Amino acid sequence: MVNPSLATSPLHTSDSPLLEVENLQVFYRTVSGLARAVDGVDLTVRRGEILGLAGESGCGKSTLAGALLGLIRPPGYIAGGRVLLRPSGREPVDLLRVDDGTLRSIRWRHLSYIPQGSMNSLNPVMRIVDQFVDVMAEHGTASREEARDTVPSLLQQVGLGGHVARMYPHELSGGMKQRVIIAMAIALKPDLVIADEPTTALDVNVQRVMIQTLAELRDRLGVSLIIVTHDMAVHAELVDRVAVMYAGKVVEVAGVRQIFANPRHPYTQGLIGAIPRVGGERKRLEGIQGNAPSPRDWPTGCRFHPRCSHVLPVCRSEVPIMRQIQSGGAEKQPDSGLVACHLYAAAGSEVSA
Amino acid sequence: MSESSKRIELSDLSHVFRGAAFRQMGGELTAVDHVSFRLTAEPPQIVNLVGESGSGKSTLARIILGLQRPTSGSITYCGKDVYRLTGAEFRQYRREVQVVFQDPYGIFNPFYRVDRIFWTAIKKFGLASSEEKGRALIEQSLAAVDLRPEDVLGRYPHQLSGGQRQRVMLARVHMLRPSFIIADEPVSMLDAAVRVLFLNILLDFKERYGMTTLFITHDLSTAYYLGGEIMVISNGRIVERGSTDDVLLRPAHPYTQQLLSSLPVPEPEARWHEMLKLTEDRATTRGRTRARCLFAERCPMVMEQCWEQRPELVTVGPSHEARCFLYGAEATEANPSRVLATGDERK
Repeated sequence: MVNPSLATSPLHTSDSPLLEVENLQVFYRTVSGLARAVDGVDLTVRRGEILGLAGESGCGKSTLAGALLGLIRPPGYIAGGRVLLRPSGREPVDLLRVDDGTLRSIRWRHLSYIPQGSMNSLNPVMRIVDQFVDVMAEHGTASREEARDTVPSLLQQVGLGGHVARMYPHELSGGMKQRVIIAMAIALKPDLVIADEPTTALDVNVQRVMIQTLAELRDRLGVSLIIVTHDMAVHAELVDRVAVMYAGKVVEVAGVRQIFANPRHPYTQGLIGAIPRVGGERKRLEGIQGNAPSPRDWPTGCRFHPRCSHVLPVCRSEVPIMRQIQSGGAEKQPDSGLVACHLYAAAGSEVSA
Repeated sequence: MSESSKRIELSDLSHVFRGAAFRQMGGELTAVDHVSFRLTAEPPQIVNLVGESGSGKSTLARIILGLQRPTSGSITYCGKDVYRLTGAEFRQYRREVQVVFQDPYGIFNPFYRVDRIFWTAIKKFGLASSEEKGRALIEQSLAAVDLRPEDVLGRYPHQLSGGQRQRVMLARVHMLRPSFIIADEPVSMLDAAVRVLFLNILLDFKERYGMTTLFITHDLSTAYYLGGEIMVISNGRIVERGSTDDVLLRPAHPYTQQLLSSLPVPEPEARWHEMLKLTEDRATTRGRTRARCLFAERCPMVMEQCWEQRPELVTVGPSHEARCFLYGAEATEANPSRVLATGDERK
């Protein structure tokens, strides 16, 4: 069985973006000062695409995902920005400014979430089917009885047998539990699913099945996905476009092939260059020297400049803006190649680093 | 103990956990199943022990470190049973065999400054005769792992990043100059960019100071990067071993082949084309007899024999062994095509 997503098929995306994030800022008040975890992020998710959010721990990618879902709780708060979701069959909504009732009507139905370590988020004393019914009756239009009948077919969509519905979480393996969560996330046919580290801590075979299951959601159901993971190999296997975050900002956005074949931002280059590969040439990989900066005290100018090997004087003082880079005509989408780096200051033209 | 004879030898080592917790598996769980191998200080080597979660790799590490007495078989250090060493001998063993654990957050006492990690070792093993000499030793060791003393010393563990903490542990190892390092998933909690820095230090330690490392990991790409020898462990058994090139580029055991084909690779051009089906859930296979190949239910090339008999390691190439009935003494030569049948399915 050939899986189109896994075969990097051309995209079937329409023009109006499903989600637009503009200048999003999420800060945390801490005893040692204000932590600017997400500090001015612009991002677009198109309909039917799988967007990967990459970056190291502490770069703000999970906070960003939390903000999109309305899950930021004190001491965290939204300091500014706009997140426009265009759900199917509804007026666009700014997720940062909706009341709780509206947010409730959007969750699960238009926007759902696969949390990190999601296999541990099932209720251990309820049968799987009852957990589905709770969600579907609360957020959907079906009655409890109707919801109950659809559970086996939902489980089959993620490659589980219908009999799993009657089981308890402890009777399932980690991979099966994770797929149950995926099935629950798509139970009400949402427009967008946000998955935070969906494959971390899984064995490779289970990880592969997870990646395939997520790819199938898009291919068969047309669900858009945001995949948050630090694992670049997962991005390479699954996503269409990658947004690379560093120090609370998106530093580069490009198609997945572009990111791996020709990364532009020196941070992305370091990230790609640090991945060992079975069968790769036997040579020393470089990695990135230095440490990730603290969100309480981001470096001035380009936040990557203290660790960058291409640093210019301007990098220390001036914040680089996002520039669009032409990539030889193959990709014409408006944000197919965006990079925030002074090396590419010669606007619009590509500079080889 | 002469320099050339330093070695850790595991022979026919097994560890069975028993108790009510394993009731559904028949009251016992075989974590390590008749494992034999040897780590030698001369020449220094890197031995990768690769397995998935629950394969028994961490139990093996605990046994080697003297933390968990095996239920059968023996582990010897320079010919002496590790669990029968005298106090002084065991002290010597503890100095010669150092460990780096997985969790860089769990190993530090949060109430003490990082310096204490070094001073405890200096005092315990009498590494320096004076405060200044101790201080010099610490700074030298920090330099060896690319850390600046001012970034680390006088600080509390929570003020350091995960990568810095793991390197502090390596600096401590450097100070003690052991013959052996047991590294149990040391990079799995580090970001990719700092992960290779850690691995490069391990490679340096082998070359400069002749330290032998047992590198325990679930990540085949990391094992390949380090090179040296590799042992693939599954269900407590070593199913394949050899050089990393042989095992990872020309895997013989169907289990290793499946692991490799399911490994996500950082190449968008080479995505998977075939859907992998998990044929049987592992939870249902537990508790059955172990007198068989434990990969049988997931093996695409399973034969009658695999269900009936415990396979032994057989030679499949020069210093390359696999625990699989596909490779009998004669089968290797006679039927190589069968082995290659499940090769790379990527384009």
